[in-house]
Amino acid sequence: METPLTKNMRADKSPVALSDYMSTGGYAAVTKTIGKSSPAEVLQVVKDSNLRGRGGAGFPAGMKWSFVPMNEDDPGHKYLVANADEMEPGTFKDRLIMEQDPHQLIEGMILAAYTIQADVGYIFIRAEYHYAIRELKKAISACHDKGFLGKNILDSGYNLDIHVHVSAGRYICGEETALLNSLEGKRAHPRAKPPFPQVSGLWGRPTIVNNVESLACVSHIVNNGADWFKSLGIGEDSGTKLFGISGRVKKPGTWELPMGTPIRELVEVHAGGMQDGYKLRGFLPGGASTDFLTEAHLDLPMDYDVIMKAGSRMGTGQMIILDDKTCPVAMVENVVSFFARESCGFCTPCREGLPWVEKVLHAIEVGEGVPEDLQILERQGRFIGAVGNTHCALAPGAIEPLTSALKYFREDFEQHIRDKKCSYQ
Amino acid sequence: MSAVKNDMINVLSQQEIDAIEAEIEHLPDRKSAAIDALKIVQKYRGWVSDDSLRATAKLLEMSDEELDGIATFYSLIYRHPVGEKVVMYCDSVSCWIMGGNKVRDRLKEKLQIEPGQTTEDGKYTLLPVTCLGDCDHAPAMMVGDDLHHDLTPESLDKIFEEDA
Ligand SMILES: Cc1cc2nc3c(=O)[nH]c(=O)nc-3n(C[C@H](O)[C@H](O)[C@H](O)COP(=O)(O)O)c2cc1C
Ligand code: SF4
Repeated sequence: METPLTKNMRADKSPVALSDYMSTGGYAAVTKTIGKSSPAEVLQVVKDSNLRGRGGAGFPAGMKWSFVPMNEDDPGHKYLVANADEMEPGTFKDRLIMEQDPHQLIEGMILAAYTIQADVGYIFIRAEYHYAIRELKKAISACHDKGFLGKNILDSGYNLDIHVHVSAGRYICGEETALLNSLEGKRAHPRAKPPFPQVSGLWGRPTIVNNVESLACVSHIVNNGADWFKSLGIGEDSGTKLFGISGRVKKPGTWELPMGTPIRELVEVHAGGMQDGYKLRGFLPGGASTDFLTEAHLDLPMDYDVIMKAGSRMGTGQMIILDDKTCPVAMVENVVSFFARESCGFCTPCREGLPWVEKVLHAIEVGEGVPEDLQILERQGRFIGAVGNTHCALAPGAIEPLTSALKYFREDFEQHIRDKKCSYQ
Repeated sequence: MSAVKNDMINVLSQQEIDAIEAEIEHLPDRKSAAIDALKIVQKYRGWVSDDSLRATAKLLEMSDEELDGIATFYSLIYRHPVGEKVVMYCDSVSCWIMGGNKVRDRLKEKLQIEPGQTTEDGKYTLLPVTCLGDCDHAPAMMVGDDLHHDLTPESLDKIFEEDA
């Protein structure tokens, strides 16, 4: 089994330096591409590879890049942004790439930027990732010394600078248009779309935002071809993926595995199964903003469309497990209170609705719930969750664990209300 | 906020002004440096006071209110004094499942403060933080720039002993 994203990573987790990265084929894709292939050729390979965004939505990367206007007479800037905000609860994968093999991200960024002919790149990274910030800055400076970044890269006439932008906090900065506002020094409110960033993004200029893991795939695709990348997946989707599991399993962690790996294999083999004395009751398949699935879904493959059909989303591909000794009502309360806190406050259903739902859930959890509360939760779920009622996807994502918990763990809610207490404590 | 005096910028040190001007240099306009400027001020002073906020706004040629709107939006810009180190415990779902509340309660007890407060000796400020991306070692927290994980109420004692 091939593991392109993690093949260089070391047991002691020390970062791969430029020389080591290059000795295993690093920057070969840049060397053979910049000034030698046309941007259109690179775009075609990435399109053919069917690389889908690893940041949560699964949008095809090549298609996104193809929306960038390629007008050679336009002298203005274009931007490529790596989204390294990684704040989705339960998600711990981009950090791995940036801390242990930062050049993979830089190389992917150079190739992506070249494809859209961007001259400036930003890595928008959360402030808590001190170690990754240091390694990325080192990697960028090493690339300048080698001529992979800066003016006239490898004598091609192509120029690119990459800056590390350290965020000032708030989960909403990960939403790509909020991120752009934050990069512009403003409050991180999401923007109305259209116009899409591809056409009018940072300071009104064409901008592509991609997740760190998506960008890390690009050099491998350019080196080995679209068919190779497709063949890595064992289901419908292409490539490998950094899947992860947290919760009461024996060996929580993140592993690079083929796209389409069955959920059961993730839980039982890679995570070593549940800890002794704990049983699996359900799981959020791709971070805190995805719907619960249950034991009945364990044999599904982790593919975007399959998980979608099952009523959830693959999201970041990083699962959070609900065990039989953890109260589902309290777990949903934790998730909703997180999103209520992180709401940017721009639109009413999110700003007012989420705190209301949080209060109702809290009342149920502490034994003060009444039967009508379930109808309030359902109604609010439909209202807050409806696409189009809010300005961005935070609110619908926030409510997905609740609506699915009401479906799968309804008896728990009812029992709390009937017995006027939480029986898990 | 009261009107800005002309000499207001003098509240900022030359070092701060130089660092902020250096950020502005590679941006399309002065305002775009707002967050960077607030971070620079905070780096030198630990937090952003009303006076330094007004001075920074003036330097960036924007209104105090607009800059304060930005400052108060971001969780890592402090508009109140904080301790020498900020203790940020993760309160997101993976840590919560793995006993994060017990860690939080022990922290409150140890530091004798509630989240949002600073210890009397000015050493620590306690704040919750969004998932630290360390979920396979939950519960996790940061003390200053250092990440600590696989926390138990007991392991906290050792961490603070070593930090003292
Ligand atoms: C509230 C919210 C938070 C998000 N946070 C992140 C994040 O931290 N990292 C990320 O890569 N994408 C995040 N996204 C998704 C981005 O908006 C965007 O879709 C993604 O960065 C695009 O990259 P990709 O196509 O390579 O996946 C978030 C979306 C929403 C609605
Ligand atoms: S849904 Fe929430 S986070 Fe998104 S724009 Fe509206 S208030 Fe802000």
